[in-house]
Amino acid sequence: MTTTFNPRLAGQPAIAHLEPFADFARHTPYLRDATAKHQRKLCRSLDDAIRASGLKDGMTISFHHAFREGDKIINLVVDTLARMGFKDLTLASSSLLSCNSPLIEHIRNGVIRRIFTSGMRGKLAEAISHGLMEEPITIHSHGGRVMLMDKGELAPDVAFLGVSTADEFGNANGISGRSRCGSLGYAMVDAKRAAKVVVLTEELVPFPNAPASIAQDDVDFVVTVEQVGDPSKISVGAARITSNPRELLIARLAADVIEHAGYFEQGFSLQTGTGASSTAATRFLEHRMRKKDITAAFALGGITGNIVDLHKKGLIGKLFDTQSFDADAAESLRTSPDHYEISTNAYANPGSKGTYCDQMDMVILSALEIDLDFNVNVITGSDGVMRGASGGHSDVAAAANLAIVVGPLIRSRIPTVVQQVTTVVTPGECIGVLVTDHGIAVNPRRPDVAERLTAAGLPVTTIEDLYRRAVTLTGVPQPIEFLDKVVGIVRYRDGTVIDVVHQVKD
Amino acid sequence: MTLRRSMLFLPGSNAAMLSTAFVYKPDSIMFDLEDAVSLREKDAARLLVFHALGLPVYKDIETVVRINPLSTPFGLKDLEAAVRGGADIIRLPKTDSPEDVHQLETEVERIEVQCGRPQGSTKLMAAIESASGVINALAIATSSPRMIGIALAGFDYVMDMQTERGDGTELFYARCAVLHAARAAGIDAFDVVFSDVNDEAGFLKEVELIKRLGFNGKSLINPRQIELLHNAYAPTEEEVDYARRVVAAARAAEQQGLGVIALNGKMIDAPIVNHARRVLDRAQASGTRK
Amino acid sequence: MQIVKEALAGTLESSDLMVKVAPSSDGTLDVVINSEVMRQFGAQIEKVVRETLVRLGVVEGLVVVEDKGALDCAIRARLQTAVMRGADCRDLDWSILS
Repeated sequence: MTTTFNPRLAGQPAIAHLEPFADFARHTPYLRDATAKHQRKLCRSLDDAIRASGLKDGMTISFHHAFREGDKIINLVVDTLARMGFKDLTLASSSLLSCNSPLIEHIRNGVIRRIFTSGMRGKLAEAISHGLMEEPITIHSHGGRVMLMDKGELAPDVAFLGVSTADEFGNANGISGRSRCGSLGYAMVDAKRAAKVVVLTEELVPFPNAPASIAQDDVDFVVTVEQVGDPSKISVGAARITSNPRELLIARLAADVIEHAGYFEQGFSLQTGTGASSTAATRFLEHRMRKKDITAAFALGGITGNIVDLHKKGLIGKLFDTQSFDADAAESLRTSPDHYEISTNAYANPGSKGTYCDQMDMVILSALEIDLDFNVNVITGSDGVMRGASGGHSDVAAAANLAIVVGPLIRSRIPTVVQQVTTVVTPGECIGVLVTDHGIAVNPRRPDVAERLTAAGLPVTTIEDLYRRAVTLTGVPQPIEFLDKVVGIVRYRDGTVIDVVHQVKD
Repeated sequence: MTLRRSMLFLPGSNAAMLSTAFVYKPDSIMFDLEDAVSLREKDAARLLVFHALGLPVYKDIETVVRINPLSTPFGLKDLEAAVRGGADIIRLPKTDSPEDVHQLETEVERIEVQCGRPQGSTKLMAAIESASGVINALAIATSSPRMIGIALAGFDYVMDMQTERGDGTELFYARCAVLHAARAAGIDAFDVVFSDVNDEAGFLKEVELIKRLGFNGKSLINPRQIELLHNAYAPTEEEVDYARRVVAAARAAEQQGLGVIALNGKMIDAPIVNHARRVLDRAQASGTRK
Repeated sequence: MQIVKEALAGTLESSDLMVKVAPSSDGTLDVVINSEVMRQFGAQIEKVVRETLVRLGVVEGLVVVEDKGALDCAIRARLQTAVMRGADCRDLDWSILS
């Protein structure tokens, strides 16, 4: 053993198996050079970052969808990878939207071979529903995605994470800069689990960038891009309260259920969705909370401007945000000391040591279909084509004290209540109440809730009755014809298979 | 006692509304073939309403059809469609005199016979929309055994009076006249449409007024107004309490064969008992006031 | 009824349908149905349309239906209206319309 630094160590048998100290920067050579020390992560272009990441054909790339329909990163990165000649990649995005239709070409050309996602919409979803891919896609819940990663089935080699601002070390957040998405809850998960992490930022800001939703100690490379997202599509203000009488009727009934189901006490907790009825229901709650003189301890989500409004009025104590749905929510995350960003792991991963879902009282959910056993489909339309996302639906429904599904009984001749859902995403045992414009149905597993709602004078009926009312008006829909080929595998939050999606017959 | 607090107007030409409006649970639904439908679409609306009336859901809710005046090319055809379709009530617009009612009644009788509908099953409602109508209100209200109510129609009436809709002063006499005629005839009285859907406070103020005057109900043009109206008409807890005691006292007196009903040392006569029953009916329909 | 001229009825709004009728060029009856809910209710819509045409006594013509999820009652109404307009028929024969 040669020791240039410490001659005393020469020939010392006790340390023969260990490496001797050479110089302070032997293992951190960048420390020798001031520029390298600060800027070693900065890549001049996305191409450079991809090359530096060591990405190879057949590997797994991951993304988040916090920029929603305004996202530009997924398309940009995959376009670049295609141009660079990559093939057979597995794409794992927390979700995919209709703006991701450019992926169709890349799938056709063999750039993308497998997909993991919470859901999809638009032309991409149609194409995949009609058999575009050879391998079925994997549909997971938000919490389930993290579980798949922790079990090793989903192993991102390179995560490409779009952010609003980042510094040269990769400290990044979604609440500063021009294109603000708010919470980076999904991205936080990938940052901690992907082998290599590339941060794509619209604005490179001076070190130190704070707060650091994605922290420097998880980031490998930083590259500046022109646009992470279309501001007009991500920075939309909170949804206005609908004036549609049907949505208002459903919203009022939903608020009635929340008030009378038995959990409307001081310190309760709530989660709502983004649908018009959910948003309106939130507003109706204000009056009822004031009348009963109670406040909510926290809200979870999916945070919208309407929830923020109640928070500002002192009616909701804390907000736990895994995705900010609008500019108001993003701004509140930035400014309110009681509005907290949480990772999807803490939000919903059943494999984590504890999720916020577990502490939830009542959640308002949507449904494309719900059947006589209260099983819910949020992924395939009644025509068999995918047009939704598993999302946090099954996560919160499993853990909350009461899951309330709201929606119109009939959507343009299509009944929402069916004999058997086209695809099961959330099992009926997790759903407590269904609220429609034709009446309310309570899961027979919840006689306690049924009793309270009936005593409160609400229009409670059975789900069989709602089904009959629907088909009496619309007629019984013909069953959709499918082919044998499986185009999607729906994984429940614990990783087990709960259903499959077949290719639609033309 | 048929409650007719809310009468929801639907344009007969709107297929979507006809297919969905029953979810709002108004006391009655009025399919409009008159003012809400353009001249070119009169034939289309007539057939839409005719077929919509056949939906099983409309069997459970009182249906009204506002036909065009019989003096127009549309009126009689509308009437055929409404009676044959199974509407519970025909609303005759611009009723100025009992003769207008008699003319309508003759046609209704004929159609009932021709289509095999039980005689007398089609009821009538007269809309008062002019000075003449107001003056003839009592004669109109008593002109037919089929007449179940008279309604004041604000817009056309104020035009006829050469004034405008305002704070209600312009309707003062008409409201009282229509109301008195209805009470004397033993039928229902309905108030005008409140057209500013976004002015909740204004709507509630008007509802409070007409409720005090004694109107049975009001014509509505938006489902959002239904719950507001029902709540305003709902009795308070105290009123329900008192009503229960009155009805109990009446029952007790009857069981004991007493000719006089007493409650808290006071004599209760028939009108008070009837009023108490009406209060309980309203409480049954929509609970107590929130 | 005989369709003697082109006619339209209905709208393309949700839960409604538009029906276009035209005289036949070759003595046949041509029924074309496009619907938002084709997969689920295509057969039912066709049944209602054909039954209504039979009752109206329409044996030739072109009938095009553009459906936006309307209920059967609206389909019957719009179809009857279009046919009557196309047949220039003012008198309602209730025995064939019910």
